[in-house]
Amino acid sequence: MSEVFELIREQSFLQRALLAAVLIGFANGFFSGFVNLRRNALSVSALSHTMLPGIAIAVYFTGHLSQLNAFMGALFACLLVGLSSVLVGRNSRIPQATALAILYTSAFAGGIALLPFLPVSVDLHEWLFGEITFVSDSDLKIAFLISAFTLAACILFMRPLLLTLFEPNVAAAQGVPTRLMQYLSFLLLVLMLVASLQAVGCVLSVGLLVAPAATMLLYTDKTALIFWGGGIIGALAGVFGVILSVAIDVQPGPAIVFTLGTVFILSFLLSPRHGILLKRHTTD
Amino acid sequence: MSELHSDHECCAHHSQHHELVVDSLSVGYRQVSALKDISFSTSCGNRVALIGPNGAGKSTLLKTIAGLTKYTKGSLSWRGSRITKWSREFAYLPQREEVDWNFPITVRGLVEMGRYPQTGMFSRFSKVDHAAVDQTLEHLELTDLSERQIRELSGGQQQRAFLGRAICQEAHVLLLDEPFTGLDRTAAAMLEKTILSLAEEGRLIIASHHDLSNASEIFNQTLLLNQRGYGFGPTEELLTEPNIESCFNA
Repeated sequence: MSEVFELIREQSFLQRALLAAVLIGFANGFFSGFVNLRRNALSVSALSHTMLPGIAIAVYFTGHLSQLNAFMGALFACLLVGLSSVLVGRNSRIPQATALAILYTSAFAGGIALLPFLPVSVDLHEWLFGEITFVSDSDLKIAFLISAFTLAACILFMRPLLLTLFEPNVAAAQGVPTRLMQYLSFLLLVLMLVASLQAVGCVLSVGLLVAPAATMLLYTDKTALIFWGGGIIGALAGVFGVILSVAIDVQPGPAIVFTLGTVFILSFLLSPRHGILLKRHTTD
Repeated sequence: MSELHSDHECCAHHSQHHELVVDSLSVGYRQVSALKDISFSTSCGNRVALIGPNGAGKSTLLKTIAGLTKYTKGSLSWRGSRITKWSREFAYLPQREEVDWNFPITVRGLVEMGRYPQTGMFSRFSKVDHAAVDQTLEHLELTDLSERQIRELSGGQQQRAFLGRAICQEAHVLLLDEPFTGLDRTAAAMLEKTILSLAEEGRLIIASHHDLSNASEIFNQTLLLNQRGYGFGPTEELLTEPNIESCFNA
């Protein structure tokens, strides 16, 4: 194990990877609180796949890949697919979730088909599963900015966001702009997905955006703990995943998400509060 | 159904300022009218039952008074001024099936939500806010349960937790949607006691209610409502066999 730490001390790309894992892991883990409370893990999965064609189209038209055009492309594709699914759901007998499943897989397929025609060389593998050890200093700055912005927005709007999630009609009546809150959480979600693209890729980003708070839900009912605990689990899993990837020579993205999955399953079994093996009966 | 408007005598001793006046109120969704031309008035200290068959518009009326649903005609006024949107003085307690019981919120968290209208959406809780929460929990005998998630409570405790939020909000008018549904006898008795004491403290309680056998013990006034018409008056006078018959079998 000491060789691993030695290696990390020597290699600046590993240090950057660790820092990125902490930042992205924390911000995603914190935001996963909202994903869990909205119960829309499956829509997050759909949106994360939709980012691929969005970013591919943005790269196709602008000729280069940057965080900004990745974000714009992802946002555009997510909006298009998301709103189209609502349109189909409202105007036919097909439920919105079914429409979403059809539209996002089609968009994803289109994106993959577009990849060979892009003016920059891209490794499909990197898009799907990320490559956190390739982060540059400027990537790190952008990841920091996105994470800081998302966290600040989440903390500032925590009360209206929570009230909107818990009782939308009461929130609306109390003067909370619930529509705006829904758009805000959508925007933050896309930001988080783009931020985690480099770390874990578009497929695995779902893990980072769902598992941390889902794990916390097995331990606590305090809303604040679910968010902050989710952030800490995300950050720790990020660090552990990077170390694991160095130690046993696997890719860091999958290592991070696999770590999160393992922690979730262990919690499901062993959590003193809601784990199936040790559950206490709290209701009198 | 005969229209009774004898409510004015029964609450004449209350201040005019604490009067809720519902005047020719109509609520419609698209072409369908959910409530048509309802008028009655009541005041703080009263306990009003909304009784009628499903689809009569009981929930709609509660939500409209609470400011959650917009009315299409008529007017609503409280303490002499017209209400057009939600105010802190009104608290609505949803029907059981409308609540997401798995939401990770504790009893304390729920009661704290009642302070949001005072503190605003962004400021921190002051000592006064914390004290109000503690006091409410104690008042409703919820202190020992304050760290429990809302699903881990019995039906009666859940109702008390939502009442706690309303009290913490310092609401004067409590609008309860089927509060007794699903409660066992002990819990119902406790809720009845709570409702009586909240009204005695000067609050106006309006609740949709199904159990005709105990309505007159809990509620001193009743609005008997179906899709065709309504009647309002003291519960004992209004809930007669013929009135009930004509309300439910119309």
